[in-house]
Amino acid sequence: MTTTSTRVIVTGQKSSRRALLRRERPEHLNRPGQKARLRKESLAGYAFLIPWLIGFLGLTIIPMAYSLYLSFTSYNIFQPPKWIGLDNYIRMFTDDPAFIQSAQITLIYVLVGTPITLIAALLVAMLLNFRDKGAGFFRSSFYAPSLIGGSVSVAIVWRAMFAADGPVDNGLSLFGINLGGWVGNPDLVLPMMILLSVWMFGATMVIFLAGLKQIPKELYEAAEMDGAGPFHRFRAVTIPLLSPVIFFNLLLGLIGAFQVFASAYIISNGSGGPAGMTNFITLYLYKRGFSDGQMGYASAIAWVLLIVVAIIAFILFRTQRSWVHYSGDNR
Amino acid sequence: MTTASFSEPALAMVENQLDGADQNGAPAPGAPRRRVKRKTWQTVVWFVVLIALTAVVLYPLVWLFLSTFKPNGEFGVNMGLLPNNPTLENYAKVSEGIAGVPMAKFFLNSFIIAVGSVIGTVLSSALAAYAFARIQFKGLGILFAAMIGTLLLPFHVLIIPQYILFNNLGLVDTFIPLLLPKFLATEAFFVFLLVQFIRQMPRDMDEAARIDGAGHLRIFWSIILPLIRPALITCAIFAFIWAWNDFLGPLLYLTSPENYPLPIALRLYNDQSSSSDFGATVTASFVALLPVLLFFLVFQRFLVDGVATQGLKG
Repeated sequence: MTTTSTRVIVTGQKSSRRALLRRERPEHLNRPGQKARLRKESLAGYAFLIPWLIGFLGLTIIPMAYSLYLSFTSYNIFQPPKWIGLDNYIRMFTDDPAFIQSAQITLIYVLVGTPITLIAALLVAMLLNFRDKGAGFFRSSFYAPSLIGGSVSVAIVWRAMFAADGPVDNGLSLFGINLGGWVGNPDLVLPMMILLSVWMFGATMVIFLAGLKQIPKELYEAAEMDGAGPFHRFRAVTIPLLSPVIFFNLLLGLIGAFQVFASAYIISNGSGGPAGMTNFITLYLYKRGFSDGQMGYASAIAWVLLIVVAIIAFILFRTQRSWVHYSGDNR
Repeated sequence: MTTASFSEPALAMVENQLDGADQNGAPAPGAPRRRVKRKTWQTVVWFVVLIALTAVVLYPLVWLFLSTFKPNGEFGVNMGLLPNNPTLENYAKVSEGIAGVPMAKFFLNSFIIAVGSVIGTVLSSALAAYAFARIQFKGLGILFAAMIGTLLLPFHVLIIPQYILFNNLGLVDTFIPLLLPKFLATEAFFVFLLVQFIRQMPRDMDEAARIDGAGHLRIFWSIILPLIRPALITCAIFAFIWAWNDFLGPLLYLTSPENYPLPIALRLYNDQSSSSDFGATVTASFVALLPVLLFFLVFQRFLVDGVATQGLKG
């Protein structure tokens, strides 16, 4: 596929970018007066980018810097920010059990929920890949929850599903398991939230399925002839060839999971309860900043969240060399 | 730097795979599939397992739909699928609205926010994507990497400073804090998707137009935009659904009930009547979800139709 190779060059390292400029510079730029033309190109480029640049600077970069500043202050929006150094950060880790609990349950939610979702998505994708005819309907059905799962409506339904004597409770009692309502139970509400994220496996599954379709059948046949069983074929063919897609899904899944908000808010009526077990970091940040008016402290929480996400992303990129395989020309 | 070098191959590969295998699950043109004979019993088991799974996955949605016909007193007694005494009274109640605001007004607010978001997102993302994909300007590499970086940025880091900004501008309790970011292409996902799509378009037509003296604006408007229509439609659909479902934005910025979109109105039902009028809560939830579900069905058809255009790519 020619498009792939160009794309990789265009977006690759600096050197390849230069190579591209040399090789693919449009005809009209090679005529005399090239420099002026290049300047005109740059002008055109920035003209097209004006909306994005305003948004990038005005709504992303400058707010981020301001938020970093606020995180070292005490600020309630009515009086000017007061510089307090590292106090917010120190308080967070030494004098705020609610923050520690919030960080813990968020990490559990992210680090347990995301892998389960990915595994479920991969298993169902492999199941769908078994046969083409009829798979389209199932693919659509499984995809639907990802579109709506984060909405308020679904959170309301989810709460009803897991209420005492609700469908889940009644269904489990058929098997002799009597858990009662999940919503009010501090031990069960986090698993319930994780199940909600697993329910939204469809988008991940669609991406996995597209990846599976790209794996040449010959590889499986060759492995089979060499005497590899189904499990071995999965380990030696499917996983390596799918690893870029797994990496992509893992990265976006982890980052997305940190940002769960609406469902936790609705399920707990904005309280983060019971016993703080749905008080995810985003909800805690919101309550501190907007209900308690502690915008400096909330900014510090936001920066801790950003740093944790950055660390997780960094670790993933660091380890990708050992397990993510990019085939040279994508077949 | 890490950002640029890592994500590119990964994202490009995923993108490529999504293009390659057409959306209907048929094999990619470049990947001939041998027809494998499957045993009948295998197919039967396959169908049974998937139908069971579909039933579990779709159960909450079916439950939601059927529960809208349950009289309020039935909740708590009958949490099953079928209403014992089906009624439309919930719909009548919901249409009256809540907090003195009729349901139609919440709908209208949601609609304005969602449509505004679609227009803003598609316009600004397409402009930015054209620059990133087709114009060789100074600083392209760095800005592109920065754009990719914002893909991974948790949005919650920005809510406090953005709130302070819009508060200082006196824009709280208007739709502007919700819509302005959309017109400034802050949703990097859409820019990235369109960049990938534009890069796949052959440059011949641009070059021909250039020789005929067309500038970038003309090429963008008359050549690129029509070519990337399928991707624009995809962006529009997602922008609509995300804006329609958005909860945090309106929760932060909209304070008076007559400005509420549906998700915040639902919160009113959820707070005020969680036990006393669950029938209305469930029905309002369903009504709020309905446009998205309809969009989803249309979106499916678009994907099927899109296969024809997929063939043109590459």
